[in-house]
Amino acid sequence: MAQPPPRHATMLSLSNSNSNSNSHSNLSSTTTISTPQTQTHLPTPSQSSTGLRVPSNRKTIYDRHLNRSRNAELSRASFAFLFGEMVTYAQRRVTGIQDLERRLNEQGYPLGLRLLDLLFYRTVTGSSSSSALSSSSSTSASPPNRPLRILPLLHLIHGPLWRLLFTRPADALEHSVSPDTPNEYMITDNDPLVNTYISVPKEMSMLNCAAFVAGIIEGVCDGCGFEAKVTAHNQPTEMWPSRTIFLLRFGESVMEREKVLERAGVK
Amino acid sequence: MSSTTKASRIGEELWKTRVDKVNAELVTLTYGTIVAQLCQDYDGNYQEVNKQLEKMGYNIGMRLIEDFLAKSNIGRCANFRETADMISKVGFRIFLNIAPTVTNWTSDNNQFSLVFDENPLADFVELPDDGRAQDELWFSNILCGVLRGALEMVQMQIEAHFVSDVLRGDDATEMRVSLVRYIEDEMPPEEE
Repeated sequence: MAQPPPRHATMLSLSNSNSNSNSHSNLSSTTTISTPQTQTHLPTPSQSSTGLRVPSNRKTIYDRHLNRSRNAELSRASFAFLFGEMVTYAQRRVTGIQDLERRLNEQGYPLGLRLLDLLFYRTVTGSSSSSALSSSSSTSASPPNRPLRILPLLHLIHGPLWRLLFTRPADALEHSVSPDTPNEYMITDNDPLVNTYISVPKEMSMLNCAAFVAGIIEGVCDGCGFEAKVTAHNQPTEMWPSRTIFLLRFGESVMEREKVLERAGVK
Repeated sequence: MSSTTKASRIGEELWKTRVDKVNAELVTLTYGTIVAQLCQDYDGNYQEVNKQLEKMGYNIGMRLIEDFLAKSNIGRCANFRETADMISKVGFRIFLNIAPTVTNWTSDNNQFSLVFDENPLADFVELPDDGRAQDELWFSNILCGVLRGALEMVQMQIEAHFVSDVLRGDDATEMRVSLVRYIEDEMPPEEE
């Protein structure tokens, strides 16, 4: 309902998934989507149903624990090189800044869908504390639970998602003060990692490569069933020259549901 | 083999002390989205995807070598065997926190294999089940380009390609690296 089909088709291109996707559809609101990650913890992957060859020593993604890389680290330089190359490549195929940002956004989107599953999976298997139910509480401590309302969703992004990606929470979370745009929320990152090693030429000063991260956020929102458009904007301050604001605009259907849920007392 | 252990020690030490870190999953997924995008852009023409990945790697390698030299402070290698150790034990350690095994040398010491027990780039990956990807796509082909670009900047022309990959159902992931020649210093072409 949220996105036109082509987007999901995009994310499926590498994880052409197979039969057992339905068994864990409760993890994701969009049942047609399955990621390789979520399949890894299934006890008996039905490899026979796929045409894929597997190594005889069974070094497949199904045989590795999903939390294996949970606390793993890699070089920041490697990320910078890859991200830089991704931007350069995208730049060759676009018509302008907006187009470039759209492309970066599209590349982040499938990551959001996957990270969402990963976050939930780790919450479920990690700590089983029931305090998870009060997911609207704070952005710091409690593990994420599947959000039904906008605020818990935003906290999920601001806290757990940001920590997973950047090992720290985002710097601010705000609601639009304008009465005309109650559907707009802002998440601020004072110093986005993705922009650290990107130098933008003067004539492209509008460009913000954190559009990639905006795409990730959009994927998370959509994956939760919150249709949204997310964009990244430069808002430099003297202290934080690469400060970036992620503007989340939720769709009408989301806002309507929000009202219904509020009346029903759902948190 | 003491030069190998020495290289290991240097690599470990650098990884611990001189390398800024980032969450591994961010890197893995970012690389995944790059490959996915290429597969889409080239409409499943995996040969072309391999080529593009190699090219991207080459661009990275040419710049990465500088970071490598700055961090490691390593001088010129005495021979290609030493170069291989440096690549595996120091280079791969610094940038991917792995150290693929150097093996299968040819008798002229100009060709070896890197065997990957671990490959963080491919951590969450399953190739498309389209009957072709497992025969045609080298998912981590960017690494071949990185080696080619990096070594070219230190006067070595090499050729690198994968010969097997666990993603294709092989039992190991192996890259073959061949020294083509040492590049002599050449005078820049005369300017008009």
